Amino acid sequence: MREIVTGILDDFGAVVRLAGLTARAAFRRPFERELWFEQAFQLGVQSLTITNVTLLFTGMVLAIQTAYSLAAYGGKPFVGDIIALSVVRELGPVLTALMVAGRVGAGITAELGSMAVTEQVDAMRALAADPVKKLVVPRVGALAVVLPMLSVLSIAIALFGGMLMAILEIGQSRAFFVSHATGALTAGDILSGVGKTFFFALFIGIIACHNGMAATGGADGVGKATTQTVVWASIAVIISDFFLTKAFLLFQ
Amino acid sequence: MTGPFIRFLDLHKAFAGKPVLTGVNLDIGRGESVVILGGSGSGKSVLLRHAIALHRPDRGQVWVDGIEISGLEEEQLLDTRKKVGMLFQAGALFDSMSVYRNVAFPLHEHTDWPEEKVAARVSEVLSLVELSEVEDKMPADLSGGMRKRVALARAIALAPQAVLYDEPTTGLDPITATAINRLIRGLQARLGITSVVVTHDIQSAFHVADRIAFLHEGKISFTGTPQEAEASREPLLREFLRGGVDA
Repeated sequence: MREIVTGILDDFGAVVRLAGLTARAAFRRPFERELWFEQAFQLGVQSLTITNVTLLFTGMVLAIQTAYSLAAYGGKPFVGDIIALSVVRELGPVLTALMVAGRVGAGITAELGSMAVTEQVDAMRALAADPVKKLVVPRVGALAVVLPMLSVLSIAIALFGGMLMAILEIGQSRAFFVSHATGALTAGDILSGVGKTFFFALFIGIIACHNGMAATGGADGVGKATTQTVVWASIAVIISDFFLTKAFLLFQ
Repeated sequence: MTGPFIRFLDLHKAFAGKPVLTGVNLDIGRGESVVILGGSGSGKSVLLRHAIALHRPDRGQVWVDGIEISGLEEEQLLDTRKKVGMLFQAGALFDSMSVYRNVAFPLHEHTDWPEEKVAARVSEVLSLVELSEVEDKMPADLSGGMRKRVALARAIALAPQAVLYDEPTTGLDPITATAINRLIRGLQARLGITSVVVTHDIQSAFHVADRIAFLHEGKISFTGTPQEAEASREPLLREFLRGGVDA
């Protein structure tokens, strides 16, 4: 038991340490803009399909379920309100982050992990280059830019899915749904929803990079590290979501 | 500056409580070619990696060109790492980059040369390792021997004063291995580069060594010229040289 606890604390400490190093390296010249762009493009494109499909169907199913459960109370007209609030404030950002944690987080860990076990990370250090600056900063930075963008897109697509079902299944008009959906939302809702994803991106990025660079023991080690990233990053998203939501509510 | 280029002083290192180095003392002179011999798992590579602070000692000191490096921060190590190149066991080429970008990596990183000058230097060091017309290839398309040569070209691109070789001939056929040995000797002779070679390949050791150091049970148990090594009475070294048992 004690070993498990100290193990978790060790890992946690190492992740925090890497976060510190990354923050420091991020503001040191040169800024390596090309690496950022390359990563942003890759990470964004990699994630588009999975996040879009997930959120489209989430929006659709949410409309049906909400209509079903509200029907008994005569609440069907409020489907638009409920979908808009839940998608913008919670489901859009969190589901996007979870999908990205799985897709991109695992990819980053696998890539950096195979570099680590074939001594490429050491070779970088031996060539007097800083792996944090070269490998971690562009990935974490790109993710912090791309994830909010992806989540905006996800939200739009989920709302579209919800609207589609509102029209086809529930028999609302497009104008009715849109007016309810937009009427329910405030700028604060959008800000808190999308704002959270910036922090999710930092957590996912740092965890994925840490697990990759710390991988040892060949292909087996890389596989374990990759799985670990998906688990840790998903948990980090879910837990931090609670605290971030609380924090954002303080400012509203 | 006089004195040894690399000095290990009473170096101790353990991994997960298991001691690997238990008081290594070794001086490597400027321009000298020293081979560290030892069996598999004897800690040779670990020792080598201390010379550019890829590992930090638990106790003891590492001096490189008059600077004690074991306590330095990563940023403070840049000068030392530019002075000392390292050839990793499997080459450790960046497999997302072409040969050209691999060899140019340290130049892009540490010089503000125009691209033509970088390109000229890349083909110069590639020709030093007897390669040409490979710039556009990816590391995955190269044979093991070629990867090592490209890695060596990358290690010497910044004209370091010393090169550390981690098992340079392991996994190569005898002809390629001989070619690599000749390259190590050639770089030392032509560029005056200090060489530290870690190996368990005895043939290679005798080919490249001015001096042989034998690492056994975490300590250097013998140093001397190849002739002295052959005449040594140290039983484990004798056994190792006869090629019988992995010490």
